[in-house]
Amino acid sequence: MKQNTRHKKYAMEIKKGIAVSPGIAIAKSLIIDSEDYRIPRRSIEPSQRMTEIQRVRNAFKNAIVELTQLEAEQETIEQRKIKDIFAVHLRFLHDRSLRKKITDWVHSESVTAEYAVSTTLREIASHFTKVKDPYISERAADIYDIERRLLKQLLGGKREDVEHLAKEVVVVARELSPTQTAGFNTIFVKGLATDAGGRTSHTAIVARSLGIPAVVALEDLTESISGEDTVIIDGNHGIVIVNPDEETIRQYEQYSDEFAKLEYRLDAIKEKPAVTRDGIKITLLGNIEFPGEAELVLQKGGEGIGLYRTEFLYLNTQSEPTEEDHYQAYAETIGVFKHRPVIIRTVDLGADKYTQSRRFAPEPNPFLGLRSIRFCLQNLMMFKTQLHAILRASVLGDVKVMFPLITNLQELMQAKMILRDVMEDLDEDSIAYNKDIRIGIMIETPSAALTASTLARDIDFFSLGTNDLTQYTLAVDRANELVSTLYSSAVPAVLRLIRTVIQDAHKAQIDLSVCGEMASEPEYVMLLLGMGVRTISLAPPMIPEIKQIVRSVTMEDCNNIARKILGMNSERQISNYLRDVTRKTLPEAF
Amino acid sequence: MERVVCEMEVEIKNADGLHMRPAMQFVDVASRFQCDITVSNIENSVDGKSIMQMSMLAATHGTKLKIKAEGSDAQQAVSALQRLVEENMFDEPPPKKA
Repeated sequence: MKQNTRHKKYAMEIKKGIAVSPGIAIAKSLIIDSEDYRIPRRSIEPSQRMTEIQRVRNAFKNAIVELTQLEAEQETIEQRKIKDIFAVHLRFLHDRSLRKKITDWVHSESVTAEYAVSTTLREIASHFTKVKDPYISERAADIYDIERRLLKQLLGGKREDVEHLAKEVVVVARELSPTQTAGFNTIFVKGLATDAGGRTSHTAIVARSLGIPAVVALEDLTESISGEDTVIIDGNHGIVIVNPDEETIRQYEQYSDEFAKLEYRLDAIKEKPAVTRDGIKITLLGNIEFPGEAELVLQKGGEGIGLYRTEFLYLNTQSEPTEEDHYQAYAETIGVFKHRPVIIRTVDLGADKYTQSRRFAPEPNPFLGLRSIRFCLQNLMMFKTQLHAILRASVLGDVKVMFPLITNLQELMQAKMILRDVMEDLDEDSIAYNKDIRIGIMIETPSAALTASTLARDIDFFSLGTNDLTQYTLAVDRANELVSTLYSSAVPAVLRLIRTVIQDAHKAQIDLSVCGEMASEPEYVMLLLGMGVRTISLAPPMIPEIKQIVRSVTMEDCNNIARKILGMNSERQISNYLRDVTRKTLPEAF
Repeated sequence: MERVVCEMEVEIKNADGLHMRPAMQFVDVASRFQCDITVSNIENSVDGKSIMQMSMLAATHGTKLKIKAEGSDAQQAVSALQRLVEENMFDEPPPKKA
């Protein structure tokens, strides 16, 4: 079956995944492979062969330059062994018969440079592993190392391609890292599709904030696609179509037009207030990652920033951002909003390249590890640098600071103490800042939710991070496709925790907003309002749709819905009921 | 130009066999000569100047290899390689006596 589709290169193939960002995109695919995964076989047109062969040659050339440099750096006697290893690898890279084996493979099989490099070297490696002598069979590791080095060259070039696109594409990858998506030229990247991921994976968040369609959890999409294949990404239904026939393309173009019209109609309500039919005002804020998105929040009718994620300052660049880098980014964002609220969340790094590359060994269970506020409290220099910039920017507008992943009172006290330290530094240097800056925390762990009444005494606002709260409550890794179907916020346990937090915030008379993905899913809006939420922070492209819902409901309806749901015992019962009531309110959304 | 053909059988004597570093030494010595150098075991014949092919011979201690050189400096090449493999044993120790 698989053989068949390979020969019939243009056979249409329909793949089902999870829709994570709405819209339709039709464009040629651009595939980003990773040296960390097996490279799938990909065919190329015979006319492309010379280009791919040249890519192989360049990869060898650049790998030689890189390795020669590395070898030269190993100077001490202790490094002698490493120097020898590099010398051996260099001989391989200089070996013409190896290079020829790879380019011949590209030529005879019409496959990509990556695939030819990977298969050839793995074939050699497997030859070694078959040798009985352990001293020789272990040499397979050297061959894998050479493979990775060449792939890194090839894929590194590919990543640059994404930054210098000249035509529209949809990006297809096993998964996308923050570093990769940060380099996207958004004028040309029209949609995203990944093998891995769930509703709240990084790919999903980026796609929604860029306002481009995305489908994730497609399992083996990267293996059934070749570069330059035409692809349709249906971000409304979670469908990806590879090599669609003309009839399908025509249908999708028509559907895409209708969807654009709906968006346009929704955009028209952006000037109207977010008020329920019975007159209750709801505040809609935007979640952003880059200063550039602040403008989008305004365009879509957002009234401020409810969550400014600051990790990108770290993931974008090779070096650690300076205090001035932080300040500039904040100043740019605050400039867009003048005196409307901008909530800056301190860095929520963890379980990513930034923290893991600083370790000798990766953490075995990073989501329960040194992440977020814990990482900051152990890296005080870095934490203070950011707080210094936030405080300095606090005089430019209505700036609030928010600490993520607080799990207990002691952590909160520590974070506040450090903030006070930085304030004293600013005082000593006579630098102006807002002495009464509002301080809030994310409630995103069951332990914080259960002790919300205690935590509320020492801060000005809560922000409910429903993604992590759901993940930690249900013990489900939201990015793991094997269990991602178990991930849902519509479960009694999560809803009870949310209700507790809302009630405690009301009792303590502090502000509360919801900033998780739950807030941007139409099904949940009425429920959240009924549970007492009055401020919602969400991905900018979703603001008009959520406002439409707010304007179509009465608080009385919402209260009834919430009461009914809190009496329900199963996820299925709750989601079915929510879908039904939302469909009645906003039929176009479905 | 005179075309000399020269052949010799050598035995791998160092304990660890023709692993990566010895293969590199072999290729480095072979590459100093103009002549074509072919190395064979019972099954395969490979280019003595290619580290990929040489290492894939996976010659362990005690393996006998036939070195065949063709070209004007074939004689010198074969002697140099014989010295490297059998006399110097790639600067490595022989197996420990039991």
